[in-house]
Amino acid sequence: MPLLSVERLTKSFGGLTAVSNVNMYIDKGELIGLIGPNGAGKTTLFNLLTGVYTPTTGSIKLDLNGNIKELGGIKPYDVTASGLARTFQNIRLFKDLTVLDNIRIAMHKNIGYKMPSALFRSNKFYEEEDRLKIEAEKLMDIFSLTHKKNELAKNLPYGEQRHLEIVRAMATKPVLLLLDEPAAGMNPNETAELTKTIAKIRKEFDLTVLLIEHDMSLVMKICERIYVLNYGMMIASGLPQEVRSNKKVIESYLGEDLSDASNKKS
Amino acid sequence: MRVLSKKNIITLLLIVAVFAVVQVLISVKIINSFYEITLATICINIILAVSLNLVTGFTGQFSLGHAGFMSIGAYVCALISMNTDSTLGFIFGILAGAVAAAIVGVIIGIPTLRLKGDYLAIATLGMAEIIRVLFLNMEITNGAAGLSGIPRNTNWTWLFIFLMATIILINNFIRSSHGRACISIREDEIAAESMGVNTTKYKVMAFALGAFFAGIAGGLYASYFYFIKPNVFGFMKSVDVLVIVVLGGLGSISGSVIAAILLAVLTTFLQQFTEIRMIIYALLLVAIMLFRPQGLLGTKEITDMFKSNKNTEKIE
Amino acid sequence: MEQFLQQMVNGISLGSIYALIALGYTMVYGIIKLINFAHGDVYMIGAYIGFAATTFAKLGFFPALIIAMLASAALGILIEKVAYKPLRNSTKIAVLITAIGMSFLLEYVMMFFVGAEVRSYPKVLSDASFNLGNVVINMQQIYIVVTAIVLMIILQYIINKTKIGKAMRAVSADKDAAQLMGIQVDTTISFTFAIGSALAGAGGVLVGIYYNSIDPLMGMMPGLKAFVAAVFGGIGSIPGAMIGGLSIGIMETLVSGYGNSMYRDAFVFAILIVILIIKPAGILGKNTKEKV
Repeated sequence: MPLLSVERLTKSFGGLTAVSNVNMYIDKGELIGLIGPNGAGKTTLFNLLTGVYTPTTGSIKLDLNGNIKELGGIKPYDVTASGLARTFQNIRLFKDLTVLDNIRIAMHKNIGYKMPSALFRSNKFYEEEDRLKIEAEKLMDIFSLTHKKNELAKNLPYGEQRHLEIVRAMATKPVLLLLDEPAAGMNPNETAELTKTIAKIRKEFDLTVLLIEHDMSLVMKICERIYVLNYGMMIASGLPQEVRSNKKVIESYLGEDLSDASNKKS
Repeated sequence: MRVLSKKNIITLLLIVAVFAVVQVLISVKIINSFYEITLATICINIILAVSLNLVTGFTGQFSLGHAGFMSIGAYVCALISMNTDSTLGFIFGILAGAVAAAIVGVIIGIPTLRLKGDYLAIATLGMAEIIRVLFLNMEITNGAAGLSGIPRNTNWTWLFIFLMATIILINNFIRSSHGRACISIREDEIAAESMGVNTTKYKVMAFALGAFFAGIAGGLYASYFYFIKPNVFGFMKSVDVLVIVVLGGLGSISGSVIAAILLAVLTTFLQQFTEIRMIIYALLLVAIMLFRPQGLLGTKEITDMFKSNKNTEKIE
Repeated sequence: MEQFLQQMVNGISLGSIYALIALGYTMVYGIIKLINFAHGDVYMIGAYIGFAATTFAKLGFFPALIIAMLASAALGILIEKVAYKPLRNSTKIAVLITAIGMSFLLEYVMMFFVGAEVRSYPKVLSDASFNLGNVVINMQQIYIVVTAIVLMIILQYIINKTKIGKAMRAVSADKDAAQLMGIQVDTTISFTFAIGSALAGAGGVLVGIYYNSIDPLMGMMPGLKAFVAAVFGGIGSIPGAMIGGLSIGIMETLVSGYGNSMYRDAFVFAILIVILIIKPAGILGKNTKEKV
């Protein structure tokens, strides 16, 4: 069984069906792209996977070494605890907190002391806080954010804010990372940098990634398989070159020449 | 025991010194009985403000019903110490009052903390009003006339002990993983949830902890002023506490302490102008919000001003 | 049954007054998302102006009502300009504390000038009453209900049929977009405060007549209850405020009539909490969820 299997997933808001009867699967270790024109339902699908919305019908199953868990309808923090972590299209960092605190907050699930220890400052509290800090610093090292650990998140440049969002998601120790338009608003250099980062974390953390993206060049270049959503329905899926030549996909992106976009040097 | 770091021991010595100085001033009557009342009011208001700051300033949950929890602590402590007039009875009364307030906090918090912003403010206001009306109508609390002749077991020593315990414990809480989870809710609730923070749990935790310390403040109030009635704990009292918190800075413990002292001094000073006292208070409120809406200290602590930016994350 | 009908008559009279005050809360909240705590005090000042107009100027009911409404409208505009406008981009809590501060200010300034004592309203309306079966209805109640209904019809007309009403709806839907479309946002907000305050002023005069007593702190409780009514009906919704006002008035009289009047206020707040938990947007409000 694949790591994540989505079956017949539907979400309607009143009369509007934002996601309709979607099937998809993600195998362990894959890097999957989810594309589609504006308003196709990509972010809604993300919100369903991460517990922000409750599905109208259908199921989302996560398979952790034979341990199968239904994610549909559970709370976002339970989804995160199950091993999914996400970033946001419109950056949602804890703006007025430091880089270090942003990361430590995401690590709070794996802290080994209880409230009384915190209130009365037991030795356990100090040990765990030290451990947390070392782990946070390790993460920051990988993304070269260490020198900025005491900066407030809002003072970071845009590209680094996007990076920090990924680091923060990584701090929850996910098995599946969901990236919502990580390259939005980035210039080609920053996008190239991001591409490298994604490749790096996949390798270092043995991670599976699902990524929504508008930047076709990025998707076509790094994704192993691609799903295409339009009007809430999955209209195509497959390898990048298959998707690129799919008639339906070309129609839905009317005016955007996919093969051209992917050939552009980033 | 790493809690006995050099810095913490110095802090402890400073605390003892403050206590001793005030104690001496009381003994030699420089602080006379009139000023002693102001002193007690300051201690009680700091406890209330710091505990509300945990809920509103740090966790970002807007409460207009803090006086409700204070009243629970006050009545429970009063009733217990009226039955058992001893120091032990007093301590037990205070703790029982605090626990009762915390339990009510959990019961009320679970349903209402799903609400946000103004709606939560109004719901907590309504909840405090309901508590007040209940005390107004119960037999054991003697209705609108209230309870009098509560044994006076509180003195400067007890006030100071409870005050310091409140500040230290709440400060410890905030600077822990649990406290950071609460702060993340204030910053961005949706992001916090997505980072695995069980928002309901932490909101209720902060609310219950806030209620616990408000209960302690109520117990001290009952014991110090030996007379309580439901109307003491009305909407006005909740607003008073909120004003201290906002004036000091939402998310600043030292700000709450300073603001509580300033306002107590101001109130004492204004007592000679009974007629225009409230007018000045109201004008001040509006003026502060117009000219310094973030309060005196914002989210900073007074200690932040003495250290460089480099080692702020160090936990002592 | 007769007792029930009698309670309904009393409840509807009280409820129409709540509805008048609730409308101001709802309109202001709808347009600038502020719980205007000072609104209950505008109602109190309306009552005093009506009192002055009838007692000292010896005016009749209608002239006094209109003077009180005009003066309250002016006061509402003043409060908005002085206290709320400078804080339009401030945090919610700062604005709320300002509103509470303004409320105290109005209460205690009034207390300073007119004293804390309770005053009784002169008789400007006949207190003749007539019986429908065994249900007693007095003329004052009829005046109150009719005045409230007429004012609400005028309000509906202004909001739905006039240009300024359209501007109000536009600003409450999206302030920035309205501004870009050439709507004068500041004027529209002032106008909203003026209308809301005028209705509260009318409510004040009606209450003075109905209960025959006024004091500087009279605005606090009815203010809060009217706010509960606004939330109950769905804040931001004008028909909601009317329904909410009537419901709260009726429930309150029923609790007093059949249960213990001491628990009246607690009951109103309990209803509020239940409503907020079951349907936070109120009976006629729309649920909104933050976009992720």
